[in-house]
Amino acid sequence: MGLPTHFLIAFFTIQQLRKTTKDNPDFPEVDLYLHIGWYATIGLIAGGYIFNIEQAATIGMMLISFAAMYQIHTTAAFQPYRYIIGIAGPYLGVSLLAQLIRFIAPDFYKSIDMFVEGFILITFVWGWANWSSMRKQQKALEEERKKREAEQENNRLISAQRDELEYLVSERTAELTKQKEELERALNELKTTQAQLIQREKMASLGELTAGIAHEIQNPLNFVNNFSEVSVELLDELEEERRKDTSSRDEGLEDEILSDLRQNLEKISHHGHRADSIVRGMMEHSRTSNGEKRPTDLNALTDEYMKLAYHGLRAKDKSFNAQLFTKYAENIGEIYLAPQEIGRVLINLFSNAFYALQEKQRNANGPVVFQPSLKVSTQLENGKVVLRIKDNGTGIPQEIINKIYQPFFTTKPTGQGTGLGLSLSYDIITKGHGGDIKVESVEGMGTTFEISLPKT
Amino acid sequence: MKILVVDDETDVKALFEQRFRREIRNGDISFAFAHSGEAALEVLQDHVSEFVLILSDINMPGMSGLELLRRIRSTYPVAPPKVMMLTAYGDDENYNQAMQYGANDFLTKPLDFSLLKEKLKQTL
Repeated sequence: MGLPTHFLIAFFTIQQLRKTTKDNPDFPEVDLYLHIGWYATIGLIAGGYIFNIEQAATIGMMLISFAAMYQIHTTAAFQPYRYIIGIAGPYLGVSLLAQLIRFIAPDFYKSIDMFVEGFILITFVWGWANWSSMRKQQKALEEERKKREAEQENNRLISAQRDELEYLVSERTAELTKQKEELERALNELKTTQAQLIQREKMASLGELTAGIAHEIQNPLNFVNNFSEVSVELLDELEEERRKDTSSRDEGLEDEILSDLRQNLEKISHHGHRADSIVRGMMEHSRTSNGEKRPTDLNALTDEYMKLAYHGLRAKDKSFNAQLFTKYAENIGEIYLAPQEIGRVLINLFSNAFYALQEKQRNANGPVVFQPSLKVSTQLENGKVVLRIKDNGTGIPQEIINKIYQPFFTTKPTGQGTGLGLSLSYDIITKGHGGDIKVESVEGMGTTFEISLPKT
Repeated sequence: MKILVVDDETDVKALFEQRFRREIRNGDISFAFAHSGEAALEVLQDHVSEFVLILSDINMPGMSGLELLRRIRSTYPVAPPKVMMLTAYGDDENYNQAMQYGANDFLTKPLDFSLLKEKLKQTL
């Protein structure tokens, strides 16, 4: 022990301190001293063994160590190295004290050298233990630090991933919002288009009726015109009579003319109202949906629309003729329904039936004469009102019978059918009235539509 | 001269009676009215010889005017009454059919009464 130990202490301490001072412009002097001290330690250990002056070299080494310790103690920058004082200080102090005693009182020293040697050994062991426990602590701290760093790195990665995810989510959310808005806009457009199509379909079915309605209006109008004209003639006659002498005046005739005039005015008013109610009905049909339900005479409603549809077709195709058979059950009473809506269903069904009859008549050139016929009936069945419309027209081919309620499906030539008639009819009966609509058809033989509506 | 008017519109009666009030008052013309083809045939059954002229609408519920014309022509081939057809649909189809069945004349609605009176004068 002795010299090598002190060399290691001095050498190691200087080595440590120079880490701070080397090439550091703040400590040019300190670094120079340390540099010299460093060479001195090497010189001392080499000289000590070569010239056999171990003891003096040891004391020199101690002094260098003390100087270094003093620097550590006084310089703030060396704060991290203060532990060296804790480890090596006691050993250094006791060793120096022992050397001093040995130098001043060698005899006294000899009497206590065993004790001093032991004490030095204790401080050495203490320093050693201190150092190794500190290293252990440092290692643990280092590991803890590394662990924490790894954790931090991990957290950083996680947060980076989270940021990225959040960015993706917000990006996707924006995309979805945009899509949603686009879909909403498309939906609105579709709703508008649907409303327009329904209105167009109404107008189309109104077109089918126009000729029939015109025919229905023509009759009352003729009466209005005729009764007005004849009334003017009557007035002429009345005036003529009144210009005569009182003696030759026929008062009975005057009274008769006056009563005829009153009657004519009543007739004009009556037929005016008749035309009015037809126009009103037509307007009601074309009006945007007013699906208000009220107790309705289904028989009368059916009959009215059947006639309108029939006259409508007759007005367009004079050669068309059909036998109409009706059998209305009186016991069905009034049914709670929306007359406008059911009216539209009826127009569709009647128009289709007459169309099928017309087509078959047009193509009939066989030996058997084709007599178009339409049978309409109402009946009470199991608490439901059942309306049947049966024609002996062209019928519906089996392969398309399932498609007839699809929107825009039509077999009519382009421009003649909207393809919405039956689709809307289906909705009106099932969704609008909780009823049912069924079809039975044999191609070439005819078609029967059956509508059942709840009685209440 | 007795004329049978066949039309499903009941107010035709009042109209004719006023349009021809002078003629009726003077006893030149008298009218009978039927509101359907079936009713017209019934009236004719007993009194066909009384009627000089039958004026019939074509579009009527039940028996049409054309059918009535056909029956009149087949039922009374001897001393046939004159038959004039009236219709709102003044188309060739109806006209040809009426002529084929033996109508004496064909008038369209709205009826021109001065024209009708003119034709009646010629007929008599």
